[in-house]
Amino acid sequence: MKADVIDTLAGIVPGSHLDSVRRARRAVAREQAQKSYDSLFAAGDTGDFGPLERFAVAVFVAGLHGQTAIKDYYAAKLRSAAATDATRATIDAEIAAAATKGPYGAYPKGPLSKEDTQGPIHRVADAHREVLGPRLAAAFEHVHMLVFHPRDAAPPSLQAMLDAGWTTDAVVTLSQLVAFLSFQIRVVAGLRVLAAKS
Amino acid sequence: MTDKTVPQSGHIVPAVFTRDMLDWLPWLEPVAADRMTERQLASLVDAARVKSDYFRLLARDPDVLEARTRTDKDIFYNPDAGLPRAERELAAATTSRLNGCIYCASVHARFAATYSKRVGDVDRLLAEGVGADLDKRWNAIVAASVALTETPISFGPQHIDALRKVGLGDDAIVDVINAASFFNWANRLMLSLGEPTPAAP
Repeated sequence: MKADVIDTLAGIVPGSHLDSVRRARRAVAREQAQKSYDSLFAAGDTGDFGPLERFAVAVFVAGLHGQTAIKDYYAAKLRSAAATDATRATIDAEIAAAATKGPYGAYPKGPLSKEDTQGPIHRVADAHREVLGPRLAAAFEHVHMLVFHPRDAAPPSLQAMLDAGWTTDAVVTLSQLVAFLSFQIRVVAGLRVLAAKS
Repeated sequence: MTDKTVPQSGHIVPAVFTRDMLDWLPWLEPVAADRMTERQLASLVDAARVKSDYFRLLARDPDVLEARTRTDKDIFYNPDAGLPRAERELAAATTSRLNGCIYCASVHARFAATYSKRVGDVDRLLAEGVGADLDKRWNAIVAASVALTETPISFGPQHIDALRKVGLGDDAIVDVINAASFFNWANRLMLSLGEPTPAAP
């Protein structure tokens, strides 16, 4: 039987208390979260958004969350996807340069403007752009916004990805990948805290 | 040929959090309803969703859409034990309020108000934000949802203690974790692939 990735990352072993809560009460959510993972990271047909790019984005997202064990999991997958040492080192450098605290961002002008909070708009360094290439560089800039300040999203950021060679289909998959990871990382972090208190 | 976004213009932009019905306008071209493949139609799970631009856009990747939808439904609709539906919706509304998803907050504030009958408290969450003082139990659920939504995640043992103190068992705490985490998924899609506008009357 294939291992459940959330259980693996959260350290939930078969027969444990939380394993029985997850299986007895929310078996479908558990199974479908795994299916989401499989369709994003273990799909037979990855179209024009290949495994190297998928795992590169996953390492970046987990790194931005400061989740070392989850980042290591995706970093091992990235290595298996034949990423060069230069690519892997560049992603680490991007994480170090881009990590901040969220959520921040602006609202449409009006009563909520008093809640607008400023934060960085990430730009990939020129030297890193050369290593990552235009597609991943555009993706990282968009992904940083999705992770830390999603309410600042607007069409120009999507257009920048399309201009860098992403198709509309691939942008949808990339958006799902980042959004799914935002879920997976939180479930894992939450379950780990709960397991330690059980 | 490079694909193009479909920027929207001329519509009313909601500038406050509300329980009113909103529509959602896509920034990327959804699959046309009459050009959906069998697989794409099946990925909607609910056939009526073929009317929704949001779901027809996500149907560009049907496998992820279907798994996302089935995850969502079990976390929120499964009535077996755990947290009452109203409070799963409270976690969703809180997450949406903090991330700033006016569309998602409108839907789940409506559900939270309907299932809890605590319209005033839900409206205070929308108006004042996640610091609104609701009651001990709701404050604990809101605080846990906030801690799970922040990046880096600030959820810790003190949140488990607070949830247990107001009566949540581990199955209910797993529901809080799932519901807040799931809205960190949903908010990012809704916020980054389109924008809300008031529903046509």
